[in-house]
Amino acid sequence: MSAETAGATLEVAALTKTFGRHTVVNDVSFRLDGSRLLTLLGPSGSGKTTTMRRIAGFEEPSAGRVLVGGEDITRRPAHKRDIGVVFQQYALFPHLTVRRNVAYPLEMRRLPRREIERRVGEALALVRLEDFAERLPRQLSGGQQQRVALARAVVFKPRVLLMDEPLGALDKRLRETMQVEIRQLQQTLGITTLSVTHDQVEALVMSDLVAVMDGGMLQQIGTPRELYQRPANRFVADFLGASNILAGEIAADAAGRPSFRSTRGLVSPFDAGSRSVPDAGATALVVIRPEHVAIDPRPAAAAEGPGHPCVVSGVVYAGDVLWFRLRAEGGDEILAKTLAGADATECREGDRVVARWRREDCLLLPA
Amino acid sequence: MSAIDTLVRRHGLTTCLLLPPLVFLAAFFVVPLIEVVRGSFFAPDLTFDHYARMASEPLYLRVVSITLKIALLTVLLCVLLGYAAAYLIATASPRARQLLMLCVIVPFFLSTLIRNYIWMAILQRSGLLNHALRDLGLITEPLALMYNQTGVVVVMVNMLLPFTIFPILSSLLAISPDLYHASSSLGAGPIRTFCRVTLPMSLPGVVAGALLVFIVSLGFFITPALVGGQKEMMISNLIDFHIRQVLNWPFAFALANVLLCGTLVLYFLYARSVEGRLPRTAFP
Repeated sequence: MSAETAGATLEVAALTKTFGRHTVVNDVSFRLDGSRLLTLLGPSGSGKTTTMRRIAGFEEPSAGRVLVGGEDITRRPAHKRDIGVVFQQYALFPHLTVRRNVAYPLEMRRLPRREIERRVGEALALVRLEDFAERLPRQLSGGQQQRVALARAVVFKPRVLLMDEPLGALDKRLRETMQVEIRQLQQTLGITTLSVTHDQVEALVMSDLVAVMDGGMLQQIGTPRELYQRPANRFVADFLGASNILAGEIAADAAGRPSFRSTRGLVSPFDAGSRSVPDAGATALVVIRPEHVAIDPRPAAAAEGPGHPCVVSGVVYAGDVLWFRLRAEGGDEILAKTLAGADATECREGDRVVARWRREDCLLLPA
Repeated sequence: MSAIDTLVRRHGLTTCLLLPPLVFLAAFFVVPLIEVVRGSFFAPDLTFDHYARMASEPLYLRVVSITLKIALLTVLLCVLLGYAAAYLIATASPRARQLLMLCVIVPFFLSTLIRNYIWMAILQRSGLLNHALRDLGLITEPLALMYNQTGVVVVMVNMLLPFTIFPILSSLLAISPDLYHASSSLGAGPIRTFCRVTLPMSLPGVVAGALLVFIVSLGFFITPALVGGQKEMMISNLIDFHIRQVLNWPFAFALANVLLCGTLVLYFLYARSVEGRLPRTAFP
């Protein structure tokens, strides 16, 4: 199998799903260009799986449309959609061997026996399972079953590939390997892919685009970098990575420039990004990533220009990094993350330090 | 320390829990069974006369073949109807499923004898069914629905249907709904999904149900006695006849042994033939 097929575009327009009075998916729209990988990321109950099942055709939408390659498939039954699906629990047919599982979609398309054999062989080679072709699914490890599921979902060259928590059932180490493996496979095949996960690392590592969902609504869609560096709202900032989120108001600093003042009195310049700066006095939220908080442990540091004098109130050693909990003078709690070996490594609970961050690392969020 | 404690400690809990039923079965099942086997060979000296008589008289072979025929027909109908019923129950909403299950179970609350009499009232020449058919103008002469094999099979299927419904239902319910979704996402319509996924995966339930019905059918007694004809005696009725009418117990024992051996042989052949070929997932 080569990258001969440029994947079809996938478009979801105003998708809504209600169960009785309960709206599970609320007006979700996005467009995914051919051969790209989009991850729907959100906590359980955010509507991401329902959205995926709608695209696969397992459930009727209450409203909205699904288009593949510009073609409206909203009312088309699942078996005529030509969409590959990798299920969370793999859903391999337990009574069929690996070879028969992978051959299944080709047999359904009534391809000639020769062609089926050739393509099953290629698909199994792609996931390095040639030697396991005659085994039954229960005789395989979780990682191997996952690769069979993947081979079966792509062997018929579907126009779109959907993956429901594809790595959820694997242990951490295997998950990390498979993230890279699935990404490579997806790029080799050039298949348009939509993945669903609650694991933010998985979403950031694997995707071209990430769409964050909460409460049935799309919160933000963008590249992993955009989402992490420019979260659109408090939920995204909180869900993706660790964050210090401070509530307060807009004030003016000594030079008359707008500045942020937390409810407990911590004052910091901020970056409004593409948003317009609110008037002084308006309530505001800012987010500061822990890895952007630098700790200066020298006692004299406080006298040297801007910074926030703090007391270390907790230290967690995590091998390659250290986490510090800092308490600013007004009582604001700030989480800082430092690489092992940095100046702050030797700080202990109760030490007096100075925390600093750059203006562009203190992002304004909509209040 | 009580005696039970000592016993449990010495032999383990499993053994101790198994002991009472084992003693019961030994006393009231194994011992009489040995007596039945012994009684057919020793009267009081060793003899094979009873078995020879069975082989030599065509009547007995005829009874065996009628028994097999009725049992197989019953199995076939029970599997077909039972599968349809189980499929309906499995695909119903949870609430409807409860109601349907109740419908399957309720007949068990009635005594078998009563159910047979009810069927007699339905099937006899001047019975409900013949009346209804005549009133509808479908027949002019009443149909012979009773005192023949038709009647026996109809009533036996009614009695034994739950024995196929429940195992098939349980293997259908064990199939993950994801497999249906997987099958359709891979391009299979509902009919092909049924043939390629549902049917093969529920086969263990079909096999278990068929086996159960077949074994119970072979020894069925009340229905052929009440609904069956004089000429279509099943083996259990023949045994009963020799025990109560002729009072030839050793010959009745021999007949019972043939039934037992036949059932065991069929069971083992069957178990051999399906071994390893059935999905292990669906039915325990």
